[in-house]
Amino acid sequence: MGPISIDRVRGTAGLYGALVVRGFRRYATYRAATVAGAFTNTVFGVIIAYTYLALWETRPDLGGYGVAQALTFAWVAQALIAPVGLFGGFIIDDLSERVRTGAAAIDLHRPVSLLGLRLAEDVGRAAYHLLARGLPPMVVGAVLFDLAWPSQLSTWVLFALSVALAVVVGFGLRYLLGLLAYWIIDVQGPAWVLVVLQLFFSGMMLPLVVFPDWLRTVADLLPFRCLIQIPIDVLLSEDTGTAVAPLIGVQLLWIGFLLGAGGALTRFAVRKVVVQGG
Amino acid sequence: MVDAVRGFAIIAGAWVRSALSYRTSFVIGTLVQLVITFLDFAAIIIMFGHIEAFGGFSISQIALLYAMSGFALGAADMLVGNAEALGRRIRDGSFDQMLIRPVPALAQVAADRFALRRIGRIAQSGVVLTWAISAAPIDWSVARVVVLAGAMACGAVIFCAVFVMGGAFQVFAGDAAEVANAFTYGGNTLTQYPLTIYPSELVKGVTFIVPIAFVNWYPGLFVLGMDDPFGLPGWLQFASPVAAVAFVVVAAAFWRTAIRHYRSTGS
Repeated sequence: MGPISIDRVRGTAGLYGALVVRGFRRYATYRAATVAGAFTNTVFGVIIAYTYLALWETRPDLGGYGVAQALTFAWVAQALIAPVGLFGGFIIDDLSERVRTGAAAIDLHRPVSLLGLRLAEDVGRAAYHLLARGLPPMVVGAVLFDLAWPSQLSTWVLFALSVALAVVVGFGLRYLLGLLAYWIIDVQGPAWVLVVLQLFFSGMMLPLVVFPDWLRTVADLLPFRCLIQIPIDVLLSEDTGTAVAPLIGVQLLWIGFLLGAGGALTRFAVRKVVVQGG
Repeated sequence: MVDAVRGFAIIAGAWVRSALSYRTSFVIGTLVQLVITFLDFAAIIIMFGHIEAFGGFSISQIALLYAMSGFALGAADMLVGNAEALGRRIRDGSFDQMLIRPVPALAQVAADRFALRRIGRIAQSGVVLTWAISAAPIDWSVARVVVLAGAMACGAVIFCAVFVMGGAFQVFAGDAAEVANAFTYGGNTLTQYPLTIYPSELVKGVTFIVPIAFVNWYPGLFVLGMDDPFGLPGWLQFASPVAAVAFVVVAAAFWRTAIRHYRSTGS
């Protein structure tokens, strides 16, 4: 590797930029699927909002949330499901399918790292899903219920940052799982386990603030809260008085760990890859 | 009809044999299904760590509603849940082959990729049901046993109809498989809780438009010996079979319409 030239940096940035755009466009192609997904997220938003409403009206201030904060949690969580890949899929399916068919061998010829390539694509996908599957439930939720939106621009900016980090954490988890395909080919079983962990420990099933202490401790030690609970904690920080910096720090730590492990395991996997088919 | 059942049994049997040849995967898949479905009950248990009653119902009463709905969805998902994969069959053209085989298309679509591991959800509902029956204050009578058993069968039929409609919808909108989830898994989530927590328009919607309230809510009120909190007539508590039949008629008509309008994607 020679000295870093400006052209080279520009070329690399352009390449990843192009990959992000391709990721965005790839998912933007399926309009009916997007509408269907946004519709389903919205229906679940209504159902879950009413369960939270009943819970918080019985126990006001439960877990430090008021009714408005709980309802905001319900709707923003629905908006984040697709962007952070809470139900798995996407990269997992892509990676394992490519290993199974042998297309993974072609990926190793590309002038970008496997991890960088997939991350760029997933960022594009997440950006599309944020717009197309995130905004509709948030708008519908805001119309139907009184939600607690931040008043300061800085909170919104931090929320946007936290969502972006959540996307990368979600990618890191799914990428590691997809890499498993190099060893066990059919990753369906582990993929389900990941989905279960993500759904429960992200706060999706119930905000983590409601968890009993011992279970909350377990959840705090796991990366999954970076996906839903932390971004929403950041969004609600004006009302709850939660310190934002440590939350962002936790996300960054997990990103460092997950992407580091992803990079190391990729190099390891590539060395032992046995090309299927062909 | 006989053709349909036989065809379904043959195809489903083949998928079961295929799944059982990867025994470890099958066992893990089934266990995971069981755990996944237990987690939403765990959420209810956590909620009851903070409250005594939810929507006027105790945890054992909610467990009964939960188990009835979970069983109905689980059974329907196992029997016809793969209708949601019809879109893929349409896209790759293999639905054409199904239409020319001497087995009704619906039986083939339902049995396609039949997954025995889905018994996990049914098993979990069985566990919760057993607990609910022992813990909830139910004044057992022959009528209550009949209504409970009948509701579980009718509930499965109602969810089957929803799955079939979701499949048929994909003939018109190939990629929109997820819409059906709003009514199947969404309907399941909605009916896990007492309907008293929802606004009355929503309750009317799941009574008269998409009749999933008949899966567990109305018959459940009878089994638990409770009056309808919305003041709706008591006979609704016995109307699950009527709702099931009516909804199946609608679903069948929708399916036939979809098949008539099906246009192959070509080769």
